[in-house]
Parts: sequence; structure tokens; C-alpha cells
Amino acid sequence: MTLLNELQKTENLVRRHHSAHQTGTPILKVSNLSLRYETGFALEDISFELHTGERLAVVGPNGAGKSTLFKIISGVTRQTSGQVQVFGADPDGHICIAYVPQRSQVDWNFPVRVKEVVMMGRTGKIGLFRWPRRLDWERAYEALKVVRLEDLADRQISELSGGQQQRMFIAQALAQEAELILLDEPLSGLDTRSQEEIFEIMDRLQEQNVTLMVALHDLKLAAERFDRVLLLNRRILGLGEPTEVFETQTLLRAYGGQLRLLETSDGLLALEDTCCDDGDHFHSHPER
Amino acid sequence: MIQFIVEPLQYAFMTRGLLAAVLVGIVCAVVGTYIVLRGMAFFGDALAHAILPGMAVGYLAGGGANPSLFWWALGTAVLSALGIGVISRNTRIREDTAIGIIFAGMFALGIALISTTNNYAVDLTHFLFGNILGVRIQDLTYIVVFGGLVLLIIGLLYKEFMVISFDSVLATTLRLPTRLLHYLLLVLIAISIVVAIQTVGVALMLAILVTPAATAYLLTKRLLVMMALAALIASLSGVVGLYASYYLGLASGAAIVLACTLIFFLVWGLLSLRQRMVITRLSGTQP
Repeated sequence: MTLLNELQKTENLVRRHHSAHQTGTPILKVSNLSLRYETGFALEDISFELHTGERLAVVGPNGAGKSTLFKIISGVTRQTSGQVQVFGADPDGHICIAYVPQRSQVDWNFPVRVKEVVMMGRTGKIGLFRWPRRLDWERAYEALKVVRLEDLADRQISELSGGQQQRMFIAQALAQEAELILLDEPLSGLDTRSQEEIFEIMDRLQEQNVTLMVALHDLKLAAERFDRVLLLNRRILGLGEPTEVFETQTLLRAYGGQLRLLETSDGLLALEDTCCDDGDHFHSHPER
Repeated sequence: MIQFIVEPLQYAFMTRGLLAAVLVGIVCAVVGTYIVLRGMAFFGDALAHAILPGMAVGYLAGGGANPSLFWWALGTAVLSALGIGVISRNTRIREDTAIGIIFAGMFALGIALISTTNNYAVDLTHFLFGNILGVRIQDLTYIVVFGGLVLLIIGLLYKEFMVISFDSVLATTLRLPTRLLHYLLLVLIAISIVVAIQTVGVALMLAILVTPAATAYLLTKRLLVMMALAALIASLSGVVGLYASYYLGLASGAAIVLACTLIFFLVWGLLSLRQRMVITRLSGTQP
């Protein structure tokens, strides 16, 4: 039974750490973060802060390190140098960060229902050796209501559409009671209506003071729907309001030849990233 | 009809065998659910074969006394399971290759050890294909205690095992001890195999782990229901198999596995038939 003891110990460790929130500190502080492979830097000297309730778009070309940055912050990957602090503490003890990967690579035929996937977010909260209690199911249903999936709670997950699947994973992050949610390309592959639904949910989350960090492909959406953007291409090339960051020169530096600049009626540049991560994106540009 | 059912039960060895088949079926089918969902069939097969040297040593040391055989088999199974895990994690070798190396090496070692006995062929047959009619009260005790332990742990860690099986990235971000849980699951599979070894033997073990769970997978979209259905199908196969073995004079292990396989194809066939009927009806209503 030593294995079980070992499990309980790890569990206690997580709980203890999690209580160590320090008030007044940024929810996320990344300092001089680098990830170096043998072939070179995947991320180099990344530093920024994120405060409670903010909504930050992370944009950059393919291979810019957006997903890698998210994975390091959420603890899936380790950096080679630099620091990530959540509420002024080591993120290792934190389960208040949720990472929603790009269209999760899960087995959609897994025998599991929507509400059970949402409940998975509460695994840490419930604690080892326990089954979900009534309170946990209430939380899961609340989360499902926020993303408007309560009617589909008993469906098997393969019956959901792409947008619904994305919303289910956001509900999972909510059930986790995450204070910082990292959404990796939540809009990719979705039609305009489903994208709008996701934005609606993001607005609602912001009202609840949930901090959001969203990787995006579409620079136009980033400019229109976010107060702050982070332009990334291995290093941070710009951080601030969209109008400051999305200057032609900065963008060209980030994207090189991969970018298309368009003049719009109100004089602002509408910008599109002309390359794709994979084949299943919904894309508007005709030259692909 | 009643005569048909009762007649075999007058033999104590048949009653014990039936009990063993049902209990083993339940444990293996529940564990097998994870094997099916996680795509670990090759691992399960390899682990069953890797036990052989442990059984051989236990047999040689204990002179056929089962307690020592059980413990040796258990030790070997757990060590092999962890060995496969460690090799595939710490070398560039892929997991299925690591499994292959341990599997073949251990199996050969087992055959080599058994070949030193006088009664080579008979002993080897018992190990390979099981000897369910030789189950004793003491063996049943082991099955109940260790099978019960496996089910208890799965019950206690149900949601954790579900998360690591469904979404390993989520498990990491939730700070679950994923590696520990993975090894624990390997150990549970190892224990189940040892518990079942006398029922179907090394060579046919995979069927009892995989086939009932796969049949249940076709029938439901809920994990808990899948486990329950798999357990039901496996114990039913155990009973049907043993009766077939009694009346038709078939090898018991083979009969049990054949019952599992038959049920699988029956379910699969009926489901495809129903699907075809639905399609025909739908296309029939549309001009």
C-alpha cells in the first residue's frame, strides 16, 4: 500500500501549496523565461505580467512558441531558465490555472459524457479516493450553464459539434475553479457563429474576474476584441494595446512574408495571418 | 434442463471451477476496460507471458504447492510491469519494443526452467492453458482477496484513472501524480493476470482481459456501465465455457475464451444488423 501513501502525500503537497495565494501580486508573472532546444531557442527571454481580470491575446506566426508558452505556464513543459510565478508563488502547487489545448487531442469515442468531462476539472478539488459529491455536481452544472451546454450534459462527447466541444472544455476549466484560463486557439476551425459564442463566454468570464490568456490566429479579432495583445515570435516583439503593437513595421518583423495587410474603411489596418497550423482551419483568404 | 444444470455441480471441483471463473471474469473484465480504452492489449499479453518464469520457479521451489507459486508469479508480474515502464521511459526505445524484449526474454526463461523438470509437457500445458478444474479452496481465497483489492483500488481511484486515460495533458495541469497512477494501473493489471492464471493460463489470458471489455465498448457510451457489462459478459462466458467443457469434453480455458469470442461476434453482428435496418428504414421513407 506504499503507492497509495505516496499518492496521498503528493495530494497533500498540492493542497498546501495552493492555499499560499498572496494578495496584491499579479496573477501571473513571467520573468526572463527561456526554453532552449539543441537546435536553438523555442522561447527566449520572455517577461510579462498579467493582472486579475485581464484578457490578453497572444498572437504570432506558426512556431512562434504560443502553445509552448502556455504549456510552460500550465506546467506541462519545463523551461530551461527563467521563472513563472502565479500569485507570487511557484506554479507547481497551483491548480487554479487551466489549460485548454488546441482542439484537445482526446479520443472522442471514449465512453464518457459531457458532464463527466466537465467534472474531471474538479478531480483535484474533490481529492483522492473520493467520488464527486452533490456540491461538485452543482458546480459542474453551473459551469455547463455558463457555456450554455446544460441541455447536452448527458450526451456522449462525440455527439458535440466543434464549437460545443470547445465550450465543454471551457466549462471544465470553470469547474476547476480556475482563476487563470489559457485558451489555445479556441476559435480555430469554428464558423463565425460559434466564434461569437466563444467570445460571449469570454465576456461572461471576465465579468466573473477570471483572467484569460488566449492564443489567436486572427489578428483582426485580436485587435477588435482584446484590450491587450502580446506579439510573439520566440521573443516578445510587442506588448500593449492593439493599436500600439500592430504597427506595420513590428508586424513585418514578426511575420516576415507571411502576412497580408489590408486597408479598411475606417483607416485601420486589417491584418491576416496567411499561414495555417494545420489543414482544418476555417479560413477566409482566397489564395490558400 | 435442471438436470443439465445441476449434474456438473455434484462435483466439488466443478463448483470451485465455476466460482473461480465468475470471480476472475469480473476482475479481469473491469481491469480490461482500461486495457481496451488505453490501447494496452500488447502490454497485457506480454505481461501474461512474462509471468511464466515466476510460475516455474515457484513450482520448482514449492514442489507444486500453490502458495509459493502464487507469490512467485505475483512478484514476477509486478517486476515485469514496472520493468517495461522503466525501460520505455528511460531509453529511446519505443514502448512496444520494450514490451517485446521483456516478453520474449521472460517467456523463454520460463520455458527453459520448466524444461528441467521430468514432467515437462504436462506442467507446461497447465501453465500455458490453465487448469481451472484443479482450483482449490486456497486458490479461491487468493482470488477473492487479491481480486477484491484490485476492484477496491479501482473504485477509490476511479476518477483519477479516468482522467489519465482520457486526457493526460489535463492530468498534468491538475497536478495529479500521473506517473505514479500509471505504474499503479500497470501493477493492478499484473495482479489481475496472476489471479486469473489458473483459469485460462498464460496463452489465452489476453482474451479474458480484452474481449469482454471490447464487447461492452460496443454496447455503451459510459465507462461505469462498460465495466459492469464487461464483468457480466466475462462471468457469463466463464459459466457457459465450463459447461461446454463438461458436456463436450473441451479444454476448459479454451472453452471459456471461445464463449467470450462468440458473445463478441454475436453482439457485433446484431448491432450491425440493427444499424443496417435503421438505414434501410430511413432511406425507405425518403423518396
